[in-house]
Order: sequence, then C-alpha cells, then structure tokens
Amino acid sequence: MRPDTGNHPGTHPGAAVPAQRGEDASIHNIGYRHYDGPRLGRSYARWSLLVQSLRGAYGLGRSAKSKVLPFILLAVMVLPAGAMVAVTVVTGADELPMRYTDYVLVMQPVIGLYIAAQAPQSVSLDLRFRTVPLYFSRPIERADYVGAKYAAMTAALFLFTSLPLVVLYAGGLLAKLGFADQSTQFLQGLGSTAVFSVLHAGIGLLVAALTPRRGFGVAAVIAVLTIPYFAVTTVQAVAEFQANSATAVTWLGLASPGTLVDGIQSAFLGGDSGFPGFHEPGTAAAAVYALVTLALIAGCWAALMARYRKAGL
Amino acid sequence: MTGGRRHYGRGVTVIATESLSKRYPRVTALDRLTMQIEPGVTGLVGANGAGKSTLIKILLGLAPASEGTASVLGLDVATEGGAIRERVGYMPEHDCLPPDVSATEFVVHMARMSGLPASAARERTADTLRHVGLYEERYRPMGGYSTGMKQRVKLAQALVHDPRLVLLDEPTNGLDPVGRDDMLGLIRRVHTDFGISVLVTSHLLGELERTCDHVVVIDGGKLLRSSSTASFTQETTTLAVEVTDTDAHPDGTEALRTALAGAGLTVAPPGAGGEGLPGAGHVLLVEAGSEAVHDTVRDTVAELGLGLVRMEQRRHRIAEVFQTPGATGATAGTTADTTEQAAEQAAEKSTQKGGSTDAA
Repeated sequence: MRPDTGNHPGTHPGAAVPAQRGEDASIHNIGYRHYDGPRLGRSYARWSLLVQSLRGAYGLGRSAKSKVLPFILLAVMVLPAGAMVAVTVVTGADELPMRYTDYVLVMQPVIGLYIAAQAPQSVSLDLRFRTVPLYFSRPIERADYVGAKYAAMTAALFLFTSLPLVVLYAGGLLAKLGFADQSTQFLQGLGSTAVFSVLHAGIGLLVAALTPRRGFGVAAVIAVLTIPYFAVTTVQAVAEFQANSATAVTWLGLASPGTLVDGIQSAFLGGDSGFPGFHEPGTAAAAVYALVTLALIAGCWAALMARYRKAGL
Repeated sequence: MTGGRRHYGRGVTVIATESLSKRYPRVTALDRLTMQIEPGVTGLVGANGAGKSTLIKILLGLAPASEGTASVLGLDVATEGGAIRERVGYMPEHDCLPPDVSATEFVVHMARMSGLPASAARERTADTLRHVGLYEERYRPMGGYSTGMKQRVKLAQALVHDPRLVLLDEPTNGLDPVGRDDMLGLIRRVHTDFGISVLVTSHLLGELERTCDHVVVIDGGKLLRSSSTASFTQETTTLAVEVTDTDAHPDGTEALRTALAGAGLTVAPPGAGGEGLPGAGHVLLVEAGSEAVHDTVRDTVAELGLGLVRMEQRRHRIAEVFQTPGATGATAGTTADTTEQAAEQAAEKSTQKGGSTDAA
C-alpha cells in the first residue's frame, strides 16, 4: 500500500486534525484514527509470540538467508527416510529397514545441528538486540514469554523429527506392511520424538539463553548435546566390553540427553535399545529414566524463568 | 474519532504516585515520590541515575514498589499491570530492533503482541508508520536504517496499538539537531493530533521546554519540582532591549539607560540578568508595566539616533529553576546535592543556549 492511498471509508482526513498549528501540509498528515476494535489480551499475545517463534525456527518471516539452513537440514533429515521407503517398495521387503523409534536416535547429529542453529535464533537475538524489554512492556508476563518460546521450539523440533516418520509411515503403508503393526509403531515413534523434542528444546533454549552472542550459543548447544553423548556412549562401551555389566550400561545412559531418550524409547515405547549390548533399562531403571527426564525438563523451565527475571526492562 | 478529546476530560489524572519508594540493596532509586500527572505532554527531567527508568518500570507494573502506591490511567500498578500495559505504549532508550526484519513486519508483530487481531495489526501498522514519517523504506530490513529512522520505528511500535499514554525514554538520544527537532515535533503531535498523553524523559531541559505542557523534575529519587511549563517560562514583565553604538553615543547602551531612566522607566542596573551571556553587557532590562513602555523605548532609541537590534519580552527558562533552587519554590530540603545538580544543569544549559535565547 502506498502511503497516500491509506485512506479508508469513513475517514475524513481534514476533520481529524483539529486546528493544526503551523499548517503542516506534509503528505503524512492525513489525520490520526483511533482504534476501537477488540483487544485480545494476554493469551492471544502469547499465541502470537508462539506462532512467530515457530515460523522463525524455519526462517519464515525473516530474511531469505535464514531460511536456507533449516530447510537444508530438514531435507537431510527426510532424505534417508525417502531412500528407505524406496528400497522397501522396490525390494518388496516385509519390514522397513529401521524402526520408527530408532530414526530420531540415528539422526541425532543432524537434529543437534538444527537445535544449535535455531535455539539461539529464537532467544539469543531477542537478548542481543534487546527486544525482550519490548515484549515485557506488552500484556504478557515472563512465564508467557518463556512458555511461548519453549512451546515454539518444541513444536519446531517435533515437526523436524516427525516429518521423516510420516514419510516412513506412508511408505510402510504403500508397501502393504500391515496397517495395525505400522500404525502402532508409528505412534510409538511419535511418542519418542515428542519426548525428544520437549527435552532437547529445553536444553537448547536454556544454553542459548545464557549468551546474547549467537555464535557462542551455537557452539555451546553443540557442545552440550554432543560431548556428554559421546562421553556416555564411550564409557558404556567400556562397561559392556571390559566389565560386561548390563546394569552399568543402562544406568550410565542417564547421563546424557541422547542416551536418556534412547532408554525411554526402549523401555516404554517398544523401541530397540541403541546401547552397546542392546541392554534395555529394567523396571527400576526405567522409572528413574522417566523421573530424570521430567526433572531435566522442569529444571530447564525453572532456569529459563530465572534467566528472564533479569532480562526485563 | 477526533483526536484529543475522546479519552479524558479536563484534569483527569493520567499517572498518580503516593509516597512511592523503590529501594535496592545498596541504592534508593525512588524516595517517597508523590506526584500527579495530567493529560498532555509531560517531561520527566533528571540526571542519569535520578530514578527515571525505575519509575517507568514501576509504572508499567514490571517491578514492585518497596512502599507507596502508584496508578496509571486509574489502574493500580501492583495488581493491574497487564491491563496497564495493554493501554500504555513504551519506547525504550536503548536499541531494540532486530536488524534482519523489516519495520512493517516488526511493528505488525508488536501490534499483535499488544492484542490486536492480525488484520487490524496490519492496518494500524501502515497508518502508524506513515504518521511517524516512514514510507517505502519500511519494507527494508531495519539493519540498514539511520538512527532517526530507527527512533521512528521505536516510536511507531509504542503507538501502534493506540495507547492512551506513551512512555518515551530519552527519545532524542543519539539524534543530530535536525533529527532532534523532528522527533520533538512528532512527540508534540502525538498529543495534539493523536490525543495520546505523553510522558517523556530527558536530561536536557531545553528540549522539554519547547515540547512539554508540564515538567516534573526528580533528583535522587525525590521530587524536586512539578509545574506547568508555562509557569516555568511564562512571559515576564521584563523587556530586553539591545542597541548599537554610534559616534554620538560611543556607549549606546549606557546612553539609553540614562535616557530611559530620565523618562521615568525602571531599568535594571548594569550586569543584572546577564546570565554570563556573551554580549550581556549590551542588553538592557526594562520593567514593562504597560504597552506604552514599548513605545517609549522605541521613541527614546530613535531620539538618540541609535540602531535598535532587538526588543523582546523576556521569558523565564526552565534552567533558572536550578540556578536559584531555594528562591524559585523548589520543594523543601534543597540540599548540597541539589545545588550540585543545579550547577550541572546550568553548565548544560549554557552549552545549548545558542539558538533558543534569540528565538524567545
């Protein structure tokens, strides 16, 4: 819309300007109109922030440049699923080459890159360019801001991790692998990606929110997601092959987010364990896995809330 | 829909505080501040650290007061912060614009954050950006904007939801003199044309003098003075006259002084009201009880054959408040640091004196 065509029916440009001093005839002075429409308040504002952040996680509503990385990573994420489907259909195999619950674990490096790129995009930029005070000058509260960012990151991650599962599921149905069987496994897979997304969104956002510098955020998220994972799997391998201790392997799995989700999916969601020796957590260990996961999520939330206590005006 | 008179009648209080205090572990930011701010453009003056930002934070319901109460638009800051923030706009002092987003997208988003439905948000964004004077460039990423354009976007996001009051924190910071004048004019229009009350903070008295209806001065978290700009700068009955020297009268000023005194007018003694101005020795201050005095001065100057450089009604300047804090009715307890502040303000005043003295 051009500036001088902004008139609307019912607007009387001259009439709205009472006794303008100095006869300012500049083009923008066509009269101010008050807004008498609805004001949708806090929950709508929170929802708007969620939608904006979710779009932002895929570069939508930002520059063209910021769309490149998320979509390349999404393609990398989905391609193997497409290839598996093709192989299954062509060879007429009687099951998919990989279980739904395994997919997210195998693709962890790609997902890690995505989190490392998008979590700082979501929170560090607001901190760095000091947009956060503007949000808090709006009807929303601190919990709304943190909640919207957390939910948006979770949703973005869930989309990112479950899209390939949808491709696998479609392929499984196409290859007539059995509807009931495929559907059960697919839903279990979605459950696994949901847990994965909530946990990793929290960790990613928390780490990213600690620094307003995006570069540091990216590096820190990669470090936090990969270093413990590789440390744990290495020690697990040692425990398995040197000490041959299944208990040690399963309990060690608690120590990194990636292995935590692995344990959860093998204990609760019918997946296969990716641990060395394919050990699955026993009943007691499974309960602890669930508790630790919940505690981590709650801890990330609390820490994020504390982080934004100081970040206001 | 006409601007100005929709929201309030005369004398309705926009902001009221009652012995409002804010104490941090080591600092007292606000100390039993009691004041009332009425519709219009109000300037909040104070040196850095005087408590301006803390006050804004409390008024938006974002920080609890240590004691005392405050209300904005009749809403209690302690319990109705959300409702206040829905009706109030805020423009921060610092940069707050993401560089990779266009002004339009950013302001639309901020409108929605204030609760406007998507279509209304877009419509009001287009209107508001036009009102602050941003046209084609509003589709470009804000990273490439000049400081003046950024300030306009910041003002637009504070106005986009048609608030009843905007809080502007140092809106002229970082602007060049022309940008400063534009911004001050815009702020004036926010009230006169849009009918939105304005609380604008500044540490420069000179610019508030021209823009505000009312000025509140705080220092060390205490109220130093609150009164209308008119009473700060009202026309006095003093007439300032400046004349040239001629061959017949090598000291024209002195000759005129004698002649005017002879004509029965009250003329201030040499040096009075000089304020250390360059050339102040050539300015005569004449008590002007009636219009006839102007004529007398003109005729006297003509008789002496002097050139009349200027003759003008004197105005008080806000800065004078600080020059004689005890005498001009500043609140009790004008302590040592008040005097310090006065000195500081006086120094500041002399740096920005240039244009405005002659423009009076």
